[in-house]
Amino acid sequence: MEKTAKDFAHIKGWGIDADPKNDPTYPYKHRTNGEHAGYIRPDIPQQPLTVEVLHSNERPNQTAVFGASVPPSGLSGIIRRYAFRFSENEYSHWLPLLLADRVNVVEGILEDLAHGHIPNIFAEKGGKADWKFNRTSQLLKAGIGTALGIATVVLLTRKKRKS
Amino acid sequence: MRAMNYRGPFRVRLDHKPHPEILHPQDAIVRVTRSCICGSDLHLYHGLVPDTRVGSTFGHEFVGIVEEVGPDVTKIKVGDQVLVPFNVACGECVFCKQELYGNCHESNPEATAVGGIFGYSHTAGGYDGGQAEYARVPYANVGPTVIPPDMDPDDAVLLTDVVPTGYQAAEMAGIQTGDTVVVFGAGPVGIMAAKCAWLFGAGRVIVLDHIEYRLEFVRNYAQCEAYNFESLEDPVLFIKKTTDWLGADVCIDAVGSDAAGSAMQTLTGRKLLLQAGSATALHWAINSVKKGGIVSVVGVYGPTDNLVPIGNLVNKGLTIRGNQTSVKRLLPRLIEHVQAGRLNPKGIITHRVPLEEVSDAYRIFSAKLDNCIKTVLIPSPTIA
Repeated sequence: MEKTAKDFAHIKGWGIDADPKNDPTYPYKHRTNGEHAGYIRPDIPQQPLTVEVLHSNERPNQTAVFGASVPPSGLSGIIRRYAFRFSENEYSHWLPLLLADRVNVVEGILEDLAHGHIPNIFAEKGGKADWKFNRTSQLLKAGIGTALGIATVVLLTRKKRKS
Repeated sequence: MRAMNYRGPFRVRLDHKPHPEILHPQDAIVRVTRSCICGSDLHLYHGLVPDTRVGSTFGHEFVGIVEEVGPDVTKIKVGDQVLVPFNVACGECVFCKQELYGNCHESNPEATAVGGIFGYSHTAGGYDGGQAEYARVPYANVGPTVIPPDMDPDDAVLLTDVVPTGYQAAEMAGIQTGDTVVVFGAGPVGIMAAKCAWLFGAGRVIVLDHIEYRLEFVRNYAQCEAYNFESLEDPVLFIKKTTDWLGADVCIDAVGSDAAGSAMQTLTGRKLLLQAGSATALHWAINSVKKGGIVSVVGVYGPTDNLVPIGNLVNKGLTIRGNQTSVKRLLPRLIEHVQAGRLNPKGIITHRVPLEEVSDAYRIFSAKLDNCIKTVLIPSPTIA
């Protein structure tokens, strides 16, 4: 319920300097102060929960509507479920999610292989465009890579010969 | 259907995915005719946004034709050509009712700090995006807007994000007649922010970036000054000197977490992920604005922390304003600007690419190859 001067009669001068123009949210918030009543779920039908959807512990429920793509699965899913035990305020929420994303990349490659698909990482990284518009840089990278590869092989063979 | 498929940082491809279905009575299915790659998609592409899952489809800037509607959809019908604001907004929650459509509280279960966004990770609700042949569009009575018959769809697709975001950047900056406005970043949003600053009566508009072809573009497109910060010894000192030693009236951060320009920020923010991206642009904005000035932030950062000079914010008495753009609120005014010729959104499109070439399109945009400013993906060339 909206508070009025009557509710604060015991506080001398309550609201005497209030200035509705002192609102830095102008013009993008058309203020109603509706949020003073706290969280009230609007009358929107709930989207059926057909897949696992993690929800922030900073809210009491699922949102009425949500994205149903790529539910958590595998090791990355376990890490994501762990992360959602912590609030958005905690590193222990966000850092595990970043870790899960990296684990998920490996899972993606394994999943591709399991389906008989060898990912063409050169093409996925836009190698064709790079070759067309950024050839010098590509050749330089390839050159450095090859040189490092040769140097590694030479070093390893030397060590083996010595031993 | 064919859709972009994220496989990990710097890796995307086109794959076949199941056709989207109506999952809620207020859903619609839209057949996508145009979909852009946004600068903020690059934060996902670079692996900077937590909970970006392999198998996701990106894309929050798209237009298309309504293919199917749920039983509670009354505002659009099958066959309508619609532009779809990037925000997923219910229109009923306490924030939407205050026109904060970028801050909807009933569209993103995974995080309370951000509303739902199409194709923008599970941190933004886990929705598949529009870089596909079809997309599920929730709350279809709220977001999707029928494209006026006289409007070019190329203009319409840019009204889903980049134009409103550039406009809101200028609006939040509280520009007063004659103000000097500095925009950090000459990407599509920075270009549009510079252009829109004039609509609010700016007296001088300066853009800073380090990509020469983009500086040349913004000079012509937004009729402003543009400087390469790599050729300046100290960009903040440059702004002070060029504004009679007081600083700009307002500064706009139109870059976000992928900013270049500071080795320390790049190392800790982009390489080691010890910050929520590199905050170079925001750092410079705070230090370049005059005492009592305003900093407007539309650059996207991750959800953790960033290193910026908060002490200067207090000591200089600055006002900082930022928000995800409330596209629906701004659309009526922006449609007027486009129809009156005051804004020419499609003028920033440099690349039109079939969806099949999505991997190359991302690489070109990310590495700023071939003088790329804005890329539009065309899922089905025959209907575009």
